[in-house]
Amino acid sequence: MAGLLSKHAAKSGDPTGYRNIIAPLLAPTWGMIGIFLLLPVILMAVYSVLTKEFRGGVEWQFSLAAYDQFFVTRGLFGDEPAQIEWTYIAIFWRSIWQAGLATALCLMIGFPTAWFIATRPASSRGIWLFAITIPYWVNLLIRTVSLKFLIRDNGPLNEGLLAMGVINTPLPLVNTDLAVMLGLFYSYLPFMVLPIYAAVERYNFALSEAASDLYAPRWAVLRDIVLPLVRPGLIAGCILVFVPSLGAFLAPDLLGGAKNFMIGSLIEEQFKGSMGNWPFGAAVAMILMTLVLIVLMFYARAANKGGAR
Amino acid sequence: MKGVRHYPGFYAITLGCLFVLYAPLVVVTIYSFNASTSITTWGGVSLRWYGEVFTGPESARFGAAAWNSITIALIASVTSTAIATAAAVAMLRGGAFKGKSATFALINLPLMVPEIVIAVATLIFFSVIGLTPGYLTILIAHITFCIPFAYLPIAARLQGIEAMYEQAARDLYATRAQAFALILLPLLAPGVISGALLAFIISLDDFIITNFVKGAGMETLPTAIFGSVKQGIKPNIMAISTLMLAVSVVFVTLSYLINKRGNMPPNP
Repeated sequence: MAGLLSKHAAKSGDPTGYRNIIAPLLAPTWGMIGIFLLLPVILMAVYSVLTKEFRGGVEWQFSLAAYDQFFVTRGLFGDEPAQIEWTYIAIFWRSIWQAGLATALCLMIGFPTAWFIATRPASSRGIWLFAITIPYWVNLLIRTVSLKFLIRDNGPLNEGLLAMGVINTPLPLVNTDLAVMLGLFYSYLPFMVLPIYAAVERYNFALSEAASDLYAPRWAVLRDIVLPLVRPGLIAGCILVFVPSLGAFLAPDLLGGAKNFMIGSLIEEQFKGSMGNWPFGAAVAMILMTLVLIVLMFYARAANKGGAR
Repeated sequence: MKGVRHYPGFYAITLGCLFVLYAPLVVVTIYSFNASTSITTWGGVSLRWYGEVFTGPESARFGAAAWNSITIALIASVTSTAIATAAAVAMLRGGAFKGKSATFALINLPLMVPEIVIAVATLIFFSVIGLTPGYLTILIAHITFCIPFAYLPIAARLQGIEAMYEQAARDLYATRAQAFALILLPLLAPGVISGALLAFIISLDDFIITNFVKGAGMETLPTAIFGSVKQGIKPNIMAISTLMLAVSVVFVTLSYLINKRGNMPPNP
């Protein structure tokens, strides 16, 4: 049918005529992202090896001082033998740990939710998914502030629990690691549900039935058949939660307070006012980006393995 | 049939999940109607904090911030949607060409790089080229990171539209521009609208990148709210939050309805 109609296609192999204007069509994208994102990231890499000027800003002179400050300490006065500096590594470790916990919690809640929605009749799935996605569209700052309002010391959650007699003194939730973890969980939960839902929806339930007919217990079917087959969805969900959690700023800043520092706050602090240190901030951002790239490469490898099966 | 699909407890977890997602929003909405000046005690239902938002001492600051946010989101979403539409047509109708996978990676770059890293890199870039932080720098940053969000729904929609409609038009001597404007664009419209709505919300939502490139004295709604919340959550913030919540819900409902209609196959 198409073959009969397309004399252009027969002549040029370009039925719609866009092939000779590819460059002009893509030029705005190349220009915008190339100039205003790719180039800035390269510049940031350069900045991380420049010398700090003392009121923010830099001097254009090569220096590894920023990375040195991150990894190495020479005592308070800089005259002791070089040792590993643990301060910043600890902040990274805390961020990885918090993001990992939030991801695990999202997975534990997100998988059953996605499964439940995907097993509803086709007519009602849309409404359930809609209900899960609405919070994603609500401003993240407003959601974080709302969570803080709910769980603060004399907030509705504590007042309610006190009134019911579950607790005697308010739970001190705000400004704890737990609050930060809950904030990350709450921020990115929809990102976990959606890819898992997409994977479960494609799952062939006849496989479960076959296993069940052969007397496999319900939970064994889930563990040995369902989970391996929906694995790409699980991994995608984990990446979508873990990566933004790692560099998150709002949840740690609003819910964690000054003591519960994470990578996002560490970077932000380097660019504020005269106390800042731009090369150091750029170096921390570079290290964060490297970490994220490693996670994404792991993801690409895992996704390829899943596709080959 | 039901047997293998049913797992005990999954229904309860789903309800728990929705409860967790909605409880903070519902609580803030309820408290935004609180008549009391204290955010802790309940003083009866009133609209006084909504009045405060529009006439109170902070109304000028929030009004200016809202104006900036909305105009930036409008310009950024329209521009990034136009750029993304052109890119999607080239990527999906242009066949194989040199640099295609590199272009694909470039389009997705804003999604791969953590937001805080984009913020730092953009700030450094503007400082190097000597562009004073302000409205223009926010706008440029927003257009850039909105491109992939606009691209995804447009490309998804375009993938489902066969080339034969445009091909037929070309065979009947329509120019390329006519085939695009009269045939492809109407078919692509649901994707373009969802892309624009998504870009609009993403721009309106952004805090981190804006906070880095906004410069002194320039505020958008999220940065103004953040500044205010640092001194404690006040009732007028809850009223503003509820208003923004309402705007988001209207947008997502619109996008849902458009997609639902758009998912019906075009009449051949």
